[in-house]
Amino acid sequence: MEQTAISESKSNGRIKFIIGGLLIVAAVVYLIISSTKASAQYFLTVDELINKGSSVQGRDLRLSGAVIGDSIQYDPQTLNLTFTIASIPGNNKEIEQLGGLAEVLHQAVSDPNRQRIQVSYNGPKPDLLRNEAQAIITGQIGQDGTFHADELLLKCPTKYEEAVPDQAEGSS
Amino acid sequence: MLANFGYGALLVSLLVSFYGVFAAIYGVRKNKPAWVESARLAMLLTFPLITIAALSLILLLVNGNYELEYVSSVTSNSMPLYLRVTALWGGQAGSLIFWSWLMSAFASAVTLRKWKRDREFLPWVIVVSLVTLAFFLILVIFFENAFERIWRFPSGQFEVAMFQPAGTILATMRDGQGLNPLLRHPGMIIHPPMLYLGFVAFVIPYAFAIAALVTGRNDDRWIRITRRWTLVAWLFLSLGLLLGGRWAYDVLGWGGYWGWDPVEIAAFMPWLTGTAFLHSVMIQEKRGMLKHWNMVLIILTYCLVIFGTFLTRSGVLSSVHAFAQSAIGPLFFGFIGLTFIVSLTLLLQRWDSLKSEAHMTSMLSREALFLLNNLLFLSILVVCFWGVIFPLISELFTGQKVTVGPPFYERATSPLFAGLLLLMGVAPLAAWRHSTAKTLGRAMWKPFIFSVVIGIGLPMVMGVTEWPALLGFWLCAFVLSVTLNEFWRGALARHRRSSENLGLAVWRLAGRNRRRYGGYIIHLGVVLMAIGIIGIELFQTETQGTVPQGGSITLGDYTVTYKSLAIFDTADGRNVARAVLDVEKNGQPVAQLHPRRDFYFESQQQMTIPGVRSTMEDDLYVLLVDWLPATSQGASFKVYHNPLVNWLWLGGLVFILGTLVAAWPDKDPEEAVVPVRHSTYAGADV
Repeated sequence: MEQTAISESKSNGRIKFIIGGLLIVAAVVYLIISSTKASAQYFLTVDELINKGSSVQGRDLRLSGAVIGDSIQYDPQTLNLTFTIASIPGNNKEIEQLGGLAEVLHQAVSDPNRQRIQVSYNGPKPDLLRNEAQAIITGQIGQDGTFHADELLLKCPTKYEEAVPDQAEGSS
Repeated sequence: MLANFGYGALLVSLLVSFYGVFAAIYGVRKNKPAWVESARLAMLLTFPLITIAALSLILLLVNGNYELEYVSSVTSNSMPLYLRVTALWGGQAGSLIFWSWLMSAFASAVTLRKWKRDREFLPWVIVVSLVTLAFFLILVIFFENAFERIWRFPSGQFEVAMFQPAGTILATMRDGQGLNPLLRHPGMIIHPPMLYLGFVAFVIPYAFAIAALVTGRNDDRWIRITRRWTLVAWLFLSLGLLLGGRWAYDVLGWGGYWGWDPVEIAAFMPWLTGTAFLHSVMIQEKRGMLKHWNMVLIILTYCLVIFGTFLTRSGVLSSVHAFAQSAIGPLFFGFIGLTFIVSLTLLLQRWDSLKSEAHMTSMLSREALFLLNNLLFLSILVVCFWGVIFPLISELFTGQKVTVGPPFYERATSPLFAGLLLLMGVAPLAAWRHSTAKTLGRAMWKPFIFSVVIGIGLPMVMGVTEWPALLGFWLCAFVLSVTLNEFWRGALARHRRSSENLGLAVWRLAGRNRRRYGGYIIHLGVVLMAIGIIGIELFQTETQGTVPQGGSITLGDYTVTYKSLAIFDTADGRNVARAVLDVEKNGQPVAQLHPRRDFYFESQQQMTIPGVRSTMEDDLYVLLVDWLPATSQGASFKVYHNPLVNWLWLGGLVFILGTLVAAWPDKDPEEAVVPVRHSTYAGADV
């Protein structure tokens, strides 16, 4: 149906569009890769962090561990908060095998041989920060070996368990 | 009793759905219209049936039948009536019933339309709607059953089951755990239904698209029929997103409105493809191009809607393992995968008959710019999708858990959003078919100069020096001047022709061509929102401090003085700590704020409600984060200064208004809106 002259100019036009499209795709791929590199946060356990040592200094990290209650120090005037966390496994399956999160946290806190790391944070003390809570902390490791947190997330396993049987017993 | 009744109604509606699918296919294969009619009636019947189920659940929630596990997990004695009703969508099981209910309402409404001209679509629209509905019904009946009760063994053990296990009695429960306090907010009460309405309504255009593929109708009839459905779906989805943002700002207490959380992104992704679809269907209507593309977009939107429904209620993405533990995860992915493959197969079969009727000739023509707009929306989609699945991919291939947070999304999407703004200014000036740099330049230079003065000059005079902000403000000013100029030109022409006064001319102009001017109003809304977003993203400042009574915290021009703190219990089961703060701006008292913290006894959860002084210029947003309980002398506050954030909400209102204008019914929609295009298929359309 098409005449050759038209189809030629058309294919010319099409090449322009294809090149334009490819350029956009390339730009987007570049954006995604560079942004991923710039803002990726590595999930580490305390063990992994201590093993890696200074190679991860300055990187944005996400660290998970069990809060040791006695170590919590908080100054409400300056909002300076420090505490120590003990290593727990990072893998959920492993945690399940070891008897669930509450059990794993309990063991980590009562075992003095576990690797530990000190965390410092400036800001109000979260209510959930207490002994045997799971802390998920975002921040960087400093040269002094202290983990400087930008963000604190705390989980208390007891609150996340199926509460139905307990509750039912209480009211029946 | 009522639980069994509701559950029974769901079971019957599932059977009716299966029957409807079968009858529709049988009727169309054997060419027996009576069977198709029967399928239509089956479709209609699902609505009252699911209504019965939903009403049963609502009654159980209101009555406080805590022996139902769902009821006890989302309601409690202290909750007022309206919250108990809205607890219907407070948990996963209930919200899936709610979803099915909305779905059946929309699908029934569609079957009630006049089908004269497109009878052949009907059976396939029914099939797609009922298959979708059946999927959700299967979920609520077999996997997430809201009607399950708690049974007690004589030994004191409990079991959750639908029907009485042997040797048990129904547990008596006097109170429930109550709705998550975070969800007890007006924004949160209407936010999920809006989002769900948006999700559900997108099923309709998808159903018509599939019907068009199956029947082999390769014109744009399906697009014209579903234009308003798509707009309505988009309206609700936009409203849902906006309300979610407002809720986060009011309740979550981190001074922001959008956190690039996977759940937020899940609701945002169908909006992106939906927005791309709304733009690109215009090209198909005008020029008969991009037919494959539109099909792909609506298929993607549908899959993302199902994906979004799943994610917004389950939180699977926090971990791969949580996903494996949930029974409905694999089902959802199976369903999405299946519909995706079936839809694409249908599309490939019809690939040749959906050839474009014209070709793009000019890179600067309006259709080319629309295509570029589509590419940008899809690029944002790819960024979002990548961000969501990246942790899973990285864990799968490297064993290393890596996540990307808000900085990733902000960095990767902001150039794309800026590109979209630019297009919003350029595309309305570009001509269809053919447009050159010269013609564009001629149309553009006046608004361009105006926008440089307003968008760059004015902020610089006010002391803004950051180039991203200046670029952003310039883009906003550019779109603003182009769009207002469009209104002005149109109104002036009317004014000259018929000597209407200008106000009336604008009104009639928008009324005559609602789609176009509604679109422009939406663009204006986006610009206002962009101003707010630039303000809060680039100029937000914060500070925190602990002060004694009478002490002050200073942030920018503001000084906040801590006056007093009251701690008291309320009748609805909260312990409230409420601070009184005086706010001064440049030494002048401007407001008194009451940030507070509510502690809910039942759920042992707390909620931080900010005290906000809000003006068009800026918001001062104060959180009460801590206090010394014994003396209540000293307290800690976090203070945010959020410039221009109110423009975001104002823009949201304008945005919704524009969508309403565009979706408002015309007297004769199909002919009035779109002029007949010159194409081989034009005869089939009108």
